[in-house]
Amino acid sequence: MKDKMTIIFFSGTMDKAIAALILATTAASMGMEVSIFFTFWGLNFLKKKRSYKKKIFMQKMLEFMSAKDKNSLPLTQMNMFGLGRWMMKKLMKKKKVASIDELFLLAKQFKVKLFACSTSCSVMGIERENMIDEVNDIVGAATFLSEAKDAKINLFI
Amino acid sequence: MKVDKTLDCVGMYCPIPVAKTTIELEDMKPGEILEVLADDPAAKKDFVSWCKTTKNELLDYKEENGVFKFYIKKSE
Repeated sequence: MKDKMTIIFFSGTMDKAIAALILATTAASMGMEVSIFFTFWGLNFLKKKRSYKKKIFMQKMLEFMSAKDKNSLPLTQMNMFGLGRWMMKKLMKKKKVASIDELFLLAKQFKVKLFACSTSCSVMGIERENMIDEVNDIVGAATFLSEAKDAKINLFI
Repeated sequence: MKVDKTLDCVGMYCPIPVAKTTIELEDMKPGEILEVLADDPAAKKDFVSWCKTTKNELLDYKEENGVFKFYIKKSE
């Protein structure tokens, strides 16, 4: 049986997303089976675009203040209303470090599985149709734990 | 040493060299040798660990003007 790695992506910030994707793609390239569970702020990574459909007032406010997709996630520190993120992206490009898009493509190529947490989806009002097609499923904690139980590496990012 | 394919990862950083190597090796036959060029200072240790985990054999490596050359034999 293949070794497994599971990652919970909770934070929804750009720098942590890059860390998660680098570890996911490297583990997959080393022959591990990798699953990433997106929950809470991490769900912003999976969104197609900003959508206010079928949302109640507070969910609309939340949507308004959240990142609209994986390319607009803020930095964990020094975001400075997006200026920090802009500078970080520029710096990474200059240094020829892989971007979120490149890493995400690799992750898909290596068949990294992506799961969205059903409870946070319902809290935030995020529906399947506003998630990118690559999402494998919307699941609960039990599904995650049954995967994580057999995984040698479990990370909470 | 007879090299079957060369992969140039000069200017690229972790995790791209190992990821590209994985993709490249997928299309190769067991026993064939892939030459990887990389200048990421972490590449040396990374390829040693990567080969150990994936069971592909790291036949040799050298360093020339700051560029590492790795010779990886695809496992059975």
